[in-house]
Amino acid sequence: MGSHRSPYDDVALAVPVTVPYVRYSIRGAHWFFAQALAETVRRAGIDKDRVDGLCVSSFSLAPDTAVGLIQHLGLSPRWLDHIPMGGASGIVALRRAARAVQCGDAGIVACIAADTNHPDTFRQNTANFSQFARDAVYPYGAGGPNASFAMLTAHYLRTHAARAEDFGKICVAQRDNALRFPYALFKKKLTLDEYLTARPIAEPLRLFDCVMPCAGAESFLVMRRDIAADLGLPHARLAATIERHNAFPADPIQIRGGWSRDRDDLYAQAGVAPSDIDFLETYDDYPVITLMQIEELGFCGPGEGAEFIRSHDLTVEGSFPLNTSGGQLSVGQAGAAGGSLGLVEALRQLTGAALGAAVPKATTGLVSGFGMINYDRGLCSGAAILTAGAES
Amino acid sequence: MSVAPARPRRKNPILRTRLPTVPPAARSRVALGLTAAAALGRFELQVCLACGAVQYPPREACHICLSDRLEWRAQDGAGELLADSVVHHSQELFFRERGPWRLGLVKLACGPSVVAHLHGNCPAAPARVRVSSTLDKAGQAVLAAFAEQETPTMTDDRQLREMTCDPRARKILVTDGKTAVGRAVVEQLAAAGAEIIWVGHAEPWKKFPGFDALRAIKQATLMPLDVTDSQSVTELAGEIGGKVDIVVNTAEHHRNFGIEARSGLDVARAEMDVNYFGLLRLAQAFGPALRARGADGQASAVAWVNLLSIFALTNFPPHGTFSASKAAAYSLSQCLRAEMLPAGIRVINLFPGPIDDEWNQLILPPKLAPSALAAALVKAMREGVEDVYPGDIAQDWLARWRDNPKVLERELAAGA
Repeated sequence: MGSHRSPYDDVALAVPVTVPYVRYSIRGAHWFFAQALAETVRRAGIDKDRVDGLCVSSFSLAPDTAVGLIQHLGLSPRWLDHIPMGGASGIVALRRAARAVQCGDAGIVACIAADTNHPDTFRQNTANFSQFARDAVYPYGAGGPNASFAMLTAHYLRTHAARAEDFGKICVAQRDNALRFPYALFKKKLTLDEYLTARPIAEPLRLFDCVMPCAGAESFLVMRRDIAADLGLPHARLAATIERHNAFPADPIQIRGGWSRDRDDLYAQAGVAPSDIDFLETYDDYPVITLMQIEELGFCGPGEGAEFIRSHDLTVEGSFPLNTSGGQLSVGQAGAAGGSLGLVEALRQLTGAALGAAVPKATTGLVSGFGMINYDRGLCSGAAILTAGAES
Repeated sequence: MSVAPARPRRKNPILRTRLPTVPPAARSRVALGLTAAAALGRFELQVCLACGAVQYPPREACHICLSDRLEWRAQDGAGELLADSVVHHSQELFFRERGPWRLGLVKLACGPSVVAHLHGNCPAAPARVRVSSTLDKAGQAVLAAFAEQETPTMTDDRQLREMTCDPRARKILVTDGKTAVGRAVVEQLAAAGAEIIWVGHAEPWKKFPGFDALRAIKQATLMPLDVTDSQSVTELAGEIGGKVDIVVNTAEHHRNFGIEARSGLDVARAEMDVNYFGLLRLAQAFGPALRARGADGQASAVAWVNLLSIFALTNFPPHGTFSASKAAAYSLSQCLRAEMLPAGIRVINLFPGPIDDEWNQLILPPKLAPSALAAALVKAMREGVEDVYPGDIAQDWLARWRDNPKVLERELAAGA
């Protein structure tokens, strides 16, 4: 199947910024947005007025939306978007911003995802996450996505040849990556034994299967390549993207995230195959969803994820570099910023700016996003293939 | 598997009584349809009248054809448990205090997949289960999955007992044991395993029919209580108020008059004094201690039961002033319910049709036997129901009232 979509040939991604994560902050979300924007314009060497497009994602900005934020930060953009899609928001923001700069509706778009985290923030967010969650999940003591992912994980374990050790291997390998990434909140080595003997959270999930909510921000710029070149900014190119919401409503329980529905389109637009991918950044709030991404994005067949995990080294220098900064499981989940963590890390890897270990000779990275357990499953899926910008 | 709990240990009066917490109660307006059905003991989901698709969670429009013609219809709850989990960690105090907690995801045969509390008798997934709705401690409907076949001591399940007010092992005040209904209620609560039943009687110097039978029930203790006397109510509350888990207000005054048939206020005032002010006196005297003991261990305070009447919904002119007093009591019970909800105390209202007693002598059958009313009450307590319409007449009136209250008013005016 060929892609009939316009290519992203002239689109550049640049200036990957992470505002260092903290477990709790007394600051508001606006502070994290401001930090991200300030660091972005400083590193880009531009005045903030040059940012004429802004794309915002956050769970803790209320009562403000993107509109309140621009006055707060003294911006006058001619293009403004607000993407409330959690773990898919980074990919979706990139797609929107890419088309905006291609069409000239904006010159330089900053895509910023940021959240603060106070001690009671997570409870408040999960209590009011969505109408369906409030009516039909939260009253059951489900405690946010833990119980939902516990069910998906239990079902996956029951219907596939997967074991807890396979999920554990993902968590342990990502921790290895995180030990070399300066912003990771988890700084202690994790052993498989520690993973397996950790306290249960929502069976079969144990402590290290679950992301830790925290505060922080992720940001990147999207512009035309000629502008990036004029500004002298190292940049990556956008080879392909996909996005899908509520992909398989007839599945009685989530056995697929949605990527398999659009995977062929993704690789066709990029003109590459899974074997050409040098590293993968998945959305990894729980390891089972990483396994689904590996399967659905075609790195192995359906149900073969566990075997794939067993036969690969997932660390940065390994045979299948996965979540090279440590992912959310080891860095932390800064709310909506979790949906941009992999994207910003991929941009660093492809522009020679890795803060931790660099994937050797990486020229092509795949980033995927997943978000919004509105009721019983995550609804938003997306992916992007990025390539190093130096050639051609 | 459910294991019958041991008899609750006596409370150490020096230890602090844990304050009540309830599960999250916020719901969208459309989701309250589930609660409205569960309050009657019905498991209903929205069904699209245009295409037949069953909806869950509750919606404003059909997820298949977008029609807004969604009606709540009874469901049998058959389904397959696809996945289950024991949740050890919750952000909410109610579950933190009671965890670990068992949840499941069930694919209903009628269509949707639902998150449900999982009864202890459910085997691990995959398994055939039966889903039903019940009111939880917050008074809102939740779904619960049970094993396909009933199992012994089902109602003693730890999670289920947090949602019901099973009389087993509980200390209960029945405010009037003199009436046929009062005696039947005491007998059946005793048979259901109540630990103590205090039975009020307004005239302790007088024996009444059935007095000896009541005395023969080993859990029952007769106590002086006149609900028309504030001092009597206060004194009893001072004596046993801190121990009562369930109040069953059976006190009732019933005469057969409309407005024309009797001049003066004496009868109407007596009806109001027992049926309305009696409830108010009891609620003011026993309510505070009940609310404070909403989470007092395994034997916490759980319920308040009002003997109302189907005539509370619409006036039955031959019993006009009685109907009015029951309507007043019904209205007050709604206030009591709102005040009891934050403490997790369920207010159960009984809306019987004419009971087979001397004051309904001239009403044609079918009439409700006091024992049938008492049985309906015990069933409602076990199943987490809060509005009970026992018997054929009550069900018939309820159906007519729900269909069109104005039509029912005209029917009753015409003597139908």
